[in-house]
Amino acid sequence: MIKAILIFNNHGKPRLSKFYEHYNEDIEQQIIRETFHLVSKRDENVCNFLEGGMLIGGSDYKLIYRHYATLYFVFCVDSSESELGILDLIQVFVETLDKCFENVCELDLIFHVDKVHNILAEMVMGGMVLETNMNEIITQVDAQNKMEKSEVRLTLPVHYFYLSVYQAGQVDTGRYCRSACSCRISCKEHEPPGNAQKHQHW
Amino acid sequence: MYFYNVNELYRAMSPSVPLQEMIRAIRSARTQCEERGVIQRECAAIRAQFRQADNGGRSHNLAKLLYVHMLGYPAHFGQMECVRMIASPRYSEKRVGYLGAMMLLDEKQDASLLITNSIKNDLSHSNQYVQSLALCTLACMGSAEMCRDLAPEIDRLLRASNSYIKKKAALCAVHIVRKVHDLGELFVPAARSLLAEKNHGVLHGAVVLIIELCERNPETLERFRKTVPDLVQIMKGLVLSGYSPEHDVAGISDPFLQVRILRLLRILGRNNEGASDAMNDLLAQVATNTDSTKTVGNAVLYETVLTVLDIKSESGLRVLAVNILGRFLLNNDRNIRYIAMTSLQKIVGTDHNAVQRHRGTIVDCLKDQDASVKRRALELSLALVSASNIRSMMKELLLFLSSCPAELKAHAASGIFNAAERYAPSQRWHIDTILHVLTTAGGDVRDETVPNLIQLITNASELHCYTVHKLYRALLTDISQQSLVQVACWCIGEYGDLLLRGECQETEAVQVTEDDVLDALETVLQSHMSSPATRGFALTATMKLSTRITDNVDRIRSIVSIYGSCIDVELQQRAVEYNALFKKYDHMRAAVLERMPVIEKNSSGHTNGETTGEAIKDIQPAKVKQGELLLPPQPANQVCDLLDLLGGSDETLQPSPAVGAPVPGLLINTASIAGGDLLDLLGVLEPAPLAPVLTAPTVPVYEKDGVTLTLSCEKQSDTGLTVTLTASNSTESDISSFTLQAAVPKSVQLHMKAPSGDSLPARGTAKVTQMVVLNNPNKVSLKMRVRISYTSQGSAFQDTVQIDSFPGLDAAGQ
Repeated sequence: MIKAILIFNNHGKPRLSKFYEHYNEDIEQQIIRETFHLVSKRDENVCNFLEGGMLIGGSDYKLIYRHYATLYFVFCVDSSESELGILDLIQVFVETLDKCFENVCELDLIFHVDKVHNILAEMVMGGMVLETNMNEIITQVDAQNKMEKSEVRLTLPVHYFYLSVYQAGQVDTGRYCRSACSCRISCKEHEPPGNAQKHQHW
Repeated sequence: MYFYNVNELYRAMSPSVPLQEMIRAIRSARTQCEERGVIQRECAAIRAQFRQADNGGRSHNLAKLLYVHMLGYPAHFGQMECVRMIASPRYSEKRVGYLGAMMLLDEKQDASLLITNSIKNDLSHSNQYVQSLALCTLACMGSAEMCRDLAPEIDRLLRASNSYIKKKAALCAVHIVRKVHDLGELFVPAARSLLAEKNHGVLHGAVVLIIELCERNPETLERFRKTVPDLVQIMKGLVLSGYSPEHDVAGISDPFLQVRILRLLRILGRNNEGASDAMNDLLAQVATNTDSTKTVGNAVLYETVLTVLDIKSESGLRVLAVNILGRFLLNNDRNIRYIAMTSLQKIVGTDHNAVQRHRGTIVDCLKDQDASVKRRALELSLALVSASNIRSMMKELLLFLSSCPAELKAHAASGIFNAAERYAPSQRWHIDTILHVLTTAGGDVRDETVPNLIQLITNASELHCYTVHKLYRALLTDISQQSLVQVACWCIGEYGDLLLRGECQETEAVQVTEDDVLDALETVLQSHMSSPATRGFALTATMKLSTRITDNVDRIRSIVSIYGSCIDVELQQRAVEYNALFKKYDHMRAAVLERMPVIEKNSSGHTNGETTGEAIKDIQPAKVKQGELLLPPQPANQVCDLLDLLGGSDETLQPSPAVGAPVPGLLINTASIAGGDLLDLLGVLEPAPLAPVLTAPTVPVYEKDGVTLTLSCEKQSDTGLTVTLTASNSTESDISSFTLQAAVPKSVQLHMKAPSGDSLPARGTAKVTQMVVLNNPNKVSLKMRVRISYTSQGSAFQDTVQIDSFPGLDAAGQ
């Protein structure tokens, strides 16, 4: 069983935290801090498994993590899960995010945390692995997003031509990113031309 | 018509826009304080919005709240809003509502009960995505009541719905079974039928469900054994199917499903010949055909190996499996090495020899940089230690101990001790090893190491000389490791004469003078690094040396008297006692400070003096009540002397808050460590039974018709006395309603405690004791009249006996 899934950046700021067992809010924050502390100490070329986190439960639990550029993806699992399998699952998760957000980067996760939750809900349910096929997951997520949008469409029948500007999971305020990257989110890094700074993609 | 207010449009179009604005605002805050300010403002706005009955932007507000919750700020006021949103007909609102429910609610909150009905309705919704939302939420936070309510619904969905819902329902069923074990029975038929599905997601869910059902209930396990052929068939299909684009991950067809099925096969094949036979071929096939160059291939291989080793597989297959693990161990990828060691750990009990073959590689992993790998290697190395390889393994382990990370030190040290204890080839080696550990990791060893080591040393009588020399040298180099210093002090105190003699067969001789030794002990006494317990050891050692050295007794006297005014109460008490020993009881000093006998490990007997016959006083544990007498097993005529002695010695000692009547006998407890480890050391394990069973003499006072009454008494204080009357029955018939009544002279106060019973079985199989507490403030001559009444063979008896003299008191009754 997966006890928790955490995504945080190199400075320890949480980008996603999903707990499959109930803890108090302050305990949750403590777990995030402790996990960050343990994981950030690790070298680049050591193995991806960690033991010895105190708070999230004694000897049966391991932390399985992967570090991608500025983000750590950490799964806290018990012995009923295969360690290598979870490593592969993290990979599938990241690839799915990449497909859904098109060259996903940390800012995507920041501004669309609810969508990340929706994607995760198609992969892991109740602490158990639900679906591992990337295409299947993406199909379902797209269908659900379409449903949501169709509801909105119903309330504004006249102006649906604005909706054509929509992409799945993205908002376009009319300003395209002027920098060299293909990110289509309006983010503060890409303010009016001249200040374009490239943000990190991975 | 298209001149719309753009902001309104955006807000209506996508629920995420206001969320993004808020996120932007939070991120632009430069300090933590500013961020808190922004969030408080937003939360206030959200709360206001919640209170409004109906507005179009409800889902945005809840989304914002959830974001704030992730950052760690309180969000409990959103719980009711979640409930309302879940009940809304709109999908977007339901979605956020359910997400909020999973994050903010749990079974302890009352609000979670309110969503049960909504979930129930949504489970039968026409839209499969609404159904899936409900299933997801139920699987995440469903309480036991909710699960019981909704289990039939889930069962229905397991049978008749599309594959998308089926797979979610399967995992939901797993959650239900975890919460309410009895409901497992309900899902067995559905689970069985799901195995025939083609959809991999559903299959995966079904296998997880079956694993859960089998683990909970052994009968279900029996029933599912029949599915082994089906499972084998499915696996074969996956392994041999060739390339299938939808399930392919790096060349392997749906490795996640393969791993799951292998795990289920393991559970089904455990301890069962028939099932294991059915899977042998398949496992061999998977083991040989799977490509191990990619991680996914390794995941499948790893699971296969674990399965092979857990079921009753044939020996050829087992050898294959262990070889695969051996290959894993040599892999460059640290992950693979880590899991190889994890799996070797699981089989080291059963296939010990096979794992021994890889000992070299494992020991090399001790030197790896990675802390996780080191931990695994340590566990495995400790498990692989055996009588034949103890010397080489210990060398490696000691090397590891000197450079291992701090969190592993305690574990390594205790592992080494265990191994040394079980397989030590010689006592000298054992002592050497322990000393080595104490010098490298002395701060991390457990407390009972010190008494254990001391016990070991006393047992190795021919090595006393060698040990004390080594310890002395260690003491000179480093006095910071408390355990080592404590043992060293104890040994020097005990065997100081051997040290001073200078010659030693086993190690090079070093000329040590008495002054050197006393200097060393004094350094320990005065050092800031020494803990109070260590200083206690050092002081006692100094005292003991007074009988073992000849010239510098005055120096010892002066050291001891200085500590008579030490701030530490324990040291002060000891110093004062030793002073008394010098001054008033010098004639006893040699006897008191004699060599200690061989200590038996964990002996629970009270007396240690019997083994050697030396005049070592009976030792009572430290918790002795003030004034309680400790009478050594000595002839009775000395008893009274000793009583006077002890009565007199009361005045010279300063009152100390610590419990403990100062008795010379207690001085033997030299290695007294705070907290009662003393007891282990000297083999006396229980805290003081207050009745001095072995020491107070009992006197028969009444014997008639087979009923015997004996009396023993104990002085509690100057005027207080506890008398214990013990009755036994040596006739052939049982006695019942046995009661004792007592009368004493007028000025004496009497208090009878409850008797231990009132029936005396025949032939003295059990006794009845009665305690009587007397207080004699006027110190009159003590007499007591006891009336005995009982029923035997149907008739009542009564008798009276007068007791004029009490054992242990002189004629005046004092």
